[in-house]
Amino acid sequence: MKSCLIVDDSKVIRMVARKILQDLDFRCEEAADGQVALDACVKSMPDAILLDWNMPVMDGLEFLRQLRGMPGGDKPVVVFCTTENDIEHIQKAIDAGANEYIMKPFDSEILQAKFVQVGLL
Amino acid sequence: MRPDDFNFVANLLKERSGLVLTLDKAYLLESRLMPVARKRGLKGLEELVMGLRQRDETLVREATEAMTTNESFFFRDVKPFDQFRDVVLPYMLQARAARKTLRIWSAASSSGQEPYSIAMLLKEQAAKLAGWRVDIVATDISRDILEKARAGVYSQFEVQRGLPIMLLVKYFKKVDDMWQIDPSIRAMVQHRELNLLSDLRGLGQFDVVFCRNVLIYFDQPTKASVLGSVAKTMSEDGVLYLGGAETVLGISDRFRPIPGQRGIYALNGPAGFSLPV
Repeated sequence: MKSCLIVDDSKVIRMVARKILQDLDFRCEEAADGQVALDACVKSMPDAILLDWNMPVMDGLEFLRQLRGMPGGDKPVVVFCTTENDIEHIQKAIDAGANEYIMKPFDSEILQAKFVQVGLL
Repeated sequence: MRPDDFNFVANLLKERSGLVLTLDKAYLLESRLMPVARKRGLKGLEELVMGLRQRDETLVREATEAMTTNESFFFRDVKPFDQFRDVVLPYMLQARAARKTLRIWSAASSSGQEPYSIAMLLKEQAAKLAGWRVDIVATDISRDILEKARAGVYSQFEVQRGLPIMLLVKYFKKVDDMWQIDPSIRAMVQHRELNLLSDLRGLGQFDVVFCRNVLIYFDQPTKASVLGSVAKTMSEDGVLYLGGAETVLGISDRFRPIPGQRGIYALNGPAGFSLPV
């Protein structure tokens, strides 16, 4: 079973994503900001990370930059999942090492399609 | 809806588009045709059927289009496109090396996601195709949907269904809330209105035909007849793509499956497409 870390400051979004990902056979963990997510990654690197952009304490982009610099931090497949939907943001995310990018709002079909594209499914 | 009304509409749709509407799909009439009725200021399906019975041609066309329009995704099912890039395209590059032309047909192309996916895929392989003439012909029965395809403008939802983010960044521009495909990709695709039940000879000859998730709407004799006329549009070693739930087996002897390659079919005959063993 693959693992996915869901990083989002909205409890509702985390719940929705968890439900979809569990149906796709992922073991899920949650983090409410980038710092909590980094701590989780230090403990155990997940296979996949679903990552919000705007969060308190540490945002998604900063988290991603730090993650990619960590030992083993190149391994997780990172899928951004954010309301930011302009080319500049998307490009920044890709440059920082994101593998895919979901623009909110999303549904299970989009999430599944993106996970298929990056080879997680 | 009264049974004779249902039968009338079902027969009309079959005759016009090949679509087989069974009773268990009767709910589709309501959801698809009510918007058509409303647009016309008709009170409901009953009035709409009256118009259809009077052979109001515009109404018949609009109703047929509404019933046959289907959802589409970029790079639908992923694998057929990988297979196209890794297996079919290399074959064609070699087999057509002398004349350097490649003709591809996306049949029932709907809102354009399939032909544009093919165009982007080929654009990504541009180095190998330098000096080649590539035609991508996209056809659909629906005028409205072709107009959308030609415009190449998609919602945020649509561009997230199957389109890798790298390709979105590379080949789309955001215009307000919509995403506009790059003119260079749009120019690679010719869109044409075409009923698959009609004479297909004007289309010319194709090396690759994508006819995915179309046959499932037809009954057995219509499937056989469409496969027969599609076969006539193909070069001897051409390749036919069908949808995941479709097959030629037991329907047409013009095609045979290609061993080890799911979803693609070769024409029967000594010169038919085959892979080096």
